[in-house]
Order: sequence, then structure tokens, then C-alpha cells
Amino acid sequence: MSETLRQVGIDIQESEENRGLIAAIRSDNPELTVRHLPGLVKIQAAGQIVINRETVEREIGREWETGEFQLAIVSFAGSLSEWDDDRIIVKWEH
Amino acid sequence: MTQTAPRRKLPLKERYSLLTRDLDWEPSYVTKEQLFPYTSYEGVKIHDWDGWEDPFRLTVDAYYKYQAEKDKRLYAVLDGFAQSQGHLGLADASYLNAIKLFIQGVTPLEYAAHRHFAYLARFLEGPAPRFAALCQSVDELRHCQTQIHTISNYNKYYGGFHSWSKMHDRVWYLSVPKSLFDDAMTAGPFEFLISISFSFEYLLTNLLFVPFMSGASFNGDMPTMSFGFSAQSDESRHMTLGLEAIKFLLEQDEGNVPIIQEWIDKWFWRAYRMSALVAGMMDYMLPKPVMSWKEAFELYFEDQMLGGLFPDLEFYGIRPPKHVQDAIAEKDKLSHEVYKILHNFSFAAAFTTQAPSESHMRWLSEQYPATFDQYYRPVWEKHHRIEAGGGRVFFQGLPQLCQICQIPMVFTEKDDPAKTSFRTSEFRGETFHTCSDGCQWIFEREPEKFVQAWLPVHQIYQGNCGGPSVPEVLEWYGIQDGDNGEYKGSPDQQSWVDWHSGDGEQGV
Repeated sequence: MSETLRQVGIDIQESEENRGLIAAIRSDNPELTVRHLPGLVKIQAAGQIVINRETVEREIGREWETGEFQLAIVSFAGSLSEWDDDRIIVKWEH
Repeated sequence: MTQTAPRRKLPLKERYSLLTRDLDWEPSYVTKEQLFPYTSYEGVKIHDWDGWEDPFRLTVDAYYKYQAEKDKRLYAVLDGFAQSQGHLGLADASYLNAIKLFIQGVTPLEYAAHRHFAYLARFLEGPAPRFAALCQSVDELRHCQTQIHTISNYNKYYGGFHSWSKMHDRVWYLSVPKSLFDDAMTAGPFEFLISISFSFEYLLTNLLFVPFMSGASFNGDMPTMSFGFSAQSDESRHMTLGLEAIKFLLEQDEGNVPIIQEWIDKWFWRAYRMSALVAGMMDYMLPKPVMSWKEAFELYFEDQMLGGLFPDLEFYGIRPPKHVQDAIAEKDKLSHEVYKILHNFSFAAAFTTQAPSESHMRWLSEQYPATFDQYYRPVWEKHHRIEAGGGRVFFQGLPQLCQICQIPMVFTEKDDPAKTSFRTSEFRGETFHTCSDGCQWIFEREPEKFVQAWLPVHQIYQGNCGGPSVPEVLEWYGIQDGDNGEYKGSPDQQSWVDWHSGDGEQGV
């Protein structure tokens, strides 16, 4: 299996607040697959998913700490290869 | 007049470093070996505990801030539930049988996990993994408490929830989850990390929590969905801990690789076998099913784990778990075989069961086109015919249990759904029975450990479970009338009908 084609995924709780977060993830990761299940939204992408603090803040209209991602996430597939004040990257390492 | 400068907020990485590693100290009046006596006997070699990185960079202040917010949200949902007669908003009262299995089987595991992570928080040598283990220990205690609190709302109206912790220690099917955690907690600290943090949390909790909680939402059970997602967002941190643990152990020393491979082989199969109960819940116990076991297994295990994670671990010389092809081969049968056991023996369980309705069977046919109509539909149609004649079949007699997973030996050969899979091993002149190549391999790897298994059926025969008759055993289990048996005609079903017809009195 080619490395770039391996899927990573994040499951996010369905909520008012998280709609902005999902919109931000969509805008920074154009190749996303989004699937709705009762209560949650499952997003997947080949290679990696990036979450940028600035994009999230623009979408939800307030300051947002990357740590708040912990309130939204239900599950994920991949490795959290980067998590700092400005962005989170989920991808496989090798 | 003095002016205070605005407080400078430290960057996440720096804050993490200051609040974990920098709080550590070198022991002066005891040796390191005296302080940390348990991390050498399993043969795992660690050269640099600072090689451990928490990608969440979780600090104590952030931890309590976010956990408090999660609890606030959960308890708002619980208040809304209590104030809006939420117990009537379910798809059907039979749905709660899944929740009964959950509080009897899963909630005590949360507590067990809390205990063992507290132990790791004391005994791991690196301050970063110690702090990660401490957070997880608090998380697991919180999960146990929020589950009890959430589910107690149903206990006011429905049977089967009253003695769950006693049942966990005594009732036959609950020895399946209990024995798994007992096995993990009596292993060394690193095997525990691979068993629970990696195999259970990372490989398999998605199957346990995500589709099931989505099913709770679909069946009108808001409180369970809320605690489930709230807990699972902690699980995503725990999964990170599991993944970090395995990468850390693999990077530390080449010699760790074969030890860890064996633990992955063992614990994948142990945890997978336990999740067979979840397969039965997902396919048969939700009045409005949301995703079949097979689909969840393909999505969360085959695609995400085998397709994503294991190619990553190949870099370290790790291959997919030894018996994973057997698990894939039985994805079309697992839930059906397990639910047949629960249906046959629910006179001795703390939940009720029923044969699937016509419309439910149509859904099962669609989900399992290769097996359902051929092997399982005829069984359920037979049950319907017997019930129409005024009967209900319960299997009288005690089943043979697998020495490892403790599930009754009803699984079939992976390539033949009509032939029971039955393995035997000799040890110290005695014969021991297992249900699969996976369980047999686990037994033969550590027979000294597994000959000590507390098997409920053996214990009943030895006279250790209240007495020789069924009523005596049920009393010892803490089961009361109405907790068990057939759902149709049960007190739960009667109350449900009365409440919805508008003339029944609500509440107890």
C-alpha cells in the first residue's frame, strides 16, 4: 500500500460549536471525506489532516486554544505528529 | 501606583516541560532500584525515560480545566434527561438490555483500569509517563463515576441495574470481561501497557464505544451517548498514550521487539474475544440498529488499524497480530453465535433477550448476505414457531467454557459455520479446553497462569456459587425476578406499554 494513500481519520461530536471546527478542517484539508453518523461526524483523508488554530478562530468567531480540541474529539486514527499552540497534525509516521 | 505587567503565557511545549519533567527529582536516600522495583523483571530494556513524548502535552492545569468542562456538559444533559422524562424517550425498553450489559460488564473495568494506572503513576521511572498514567487513572475513575451516575436514572424505572458490581464478580458471562482485566492486572507494568493502553484502548475501544454510542443516540438514549462521547474523548488521549507507549518501547531497544510482538499477539486475541459480547449487543440488542458488527470491524479495525497503523509499526519490525486472519474470517458469524448463547441462557442472566423481529431479521439479512439467511434465520424462525405455540426455549444445563476467554464453546471453525471449534491441551496430566487457535496458543504460552482461571461453570459444580439448583445460584448472583428471561411479557415491557398507553403510573 502506498504511504500517501493511507487514510487518517478523526471522529468529532456533532454539536453547534463543532460545526465551526469541522468547517475549519474542511477549509484547510480540501480532500476530506465526511460521513455523518448519529451523534458524530467522521472525517477521513489520505495522508494527513491539519487543524489550524487561526482557521478555527475565524470560523467560530472567538479565540480558541488547540487544547480545546480535546472537548470535540471522540476518536482518531493516525498519530498525533504535531500538537502545539497553533496547529495539530494527524498522520502516520512511517 | 504600580502597574502589573500582563501575565505572559508560556508556549505549550515549554509549559509541558516545566510541569512534567522539571518537577522530577533524583532519589537520595533510596536507590533507583528500590524506588522503582517492578520495571526490570519482564525483560524490557529502557535506556532513556526522557524519550517518552506526550503529543497532547497535557499539563495538570489544562487537564482539570477541560475535564471540568466535559463534566459540566454531561451533567447538563443528565438534568435535562431527568426533567423531561427521558426514560420514556427510548426507541423501546428492550434497548436497555444493552445498557445493563454495559454497566455490569464495562463500568467495573473502568474502575480496574483506574487502579492499575494509579500503580503505573507511582512505579514508572519517567516523570512524563508517570503523569500520563496519573491522568488516565483519574479519567478511568471519572468514567466509572459518570457511568454509575448516568445509568442510575434508569434504575428508578427498570430492572437489572441494582447489583451490578456484585454481579460482575459472580455472574457467568461477566467473567469474560473480568478475567481479561484480571489477566492484565496480574501481568507486569509493560505487559499491562500493551494489553490495556495499546491492544484494548488503541486497537479495539473504537469498536466498543464509537458505533455503540452512536447507537445510543439513534435509540434516544442521550445520557449514554453523552457519557460515551465524553469518555471516548479521554480514550482518544489514552489511545495516544498506548501508541506512544509502544513506539517508545520499540525505539528503546531492539531486544524489546520480540517481547512486544508476543504481547500484541496475545492481547489482540484476548481483547477481540471479549469484544464478541459487543458484537452481540450491536447486532441484536439495539431496537434501531445503526451499524453492523461486520461494518464496524471493517471500518475501525481492518481499514484504520490494519490498513493504517500496522504498516507504520512495520518500521520497527512489528507485524499484524498472529491470529488476526481468524478474526477477519469470522466477522460474518461472530455476533450471531454470541447472541444465540445470550438468548439461550438469559434465564440465568441479569438482562432479558428476545428473538429478533421480522424487520430486524431483514436488516440482518442485508448486513450479512453470506451467512444470515442460511445459518441463523432458520434458528430464529424456529424460536418464533415455538413461542407462537406458547413456549420459550432456554437451554437447561451448563455450557463448557473456554479456559482463556471464558465464553461458552459455541464458536465454529473459521471456514465452516456448521462445525464447533474445539481445541484441547494437556498440562500436568489434565486436559484443558479452548475455543480457537488464538485461545489455545495463549493457554499453551502460559499454562501455569491460566490453569488458575476462575471458571463460573466449574465453580457452580464445585458448590461455590450458593448451591446446586438454579434458584440458589441466581440468588447468589443477586438476580431478582424480572431481571432475567424473556423480554416479551417481562415487567420492563409491561411498564413500558402502560406508560405509553397514558394510563400507567410512572416511577417507583
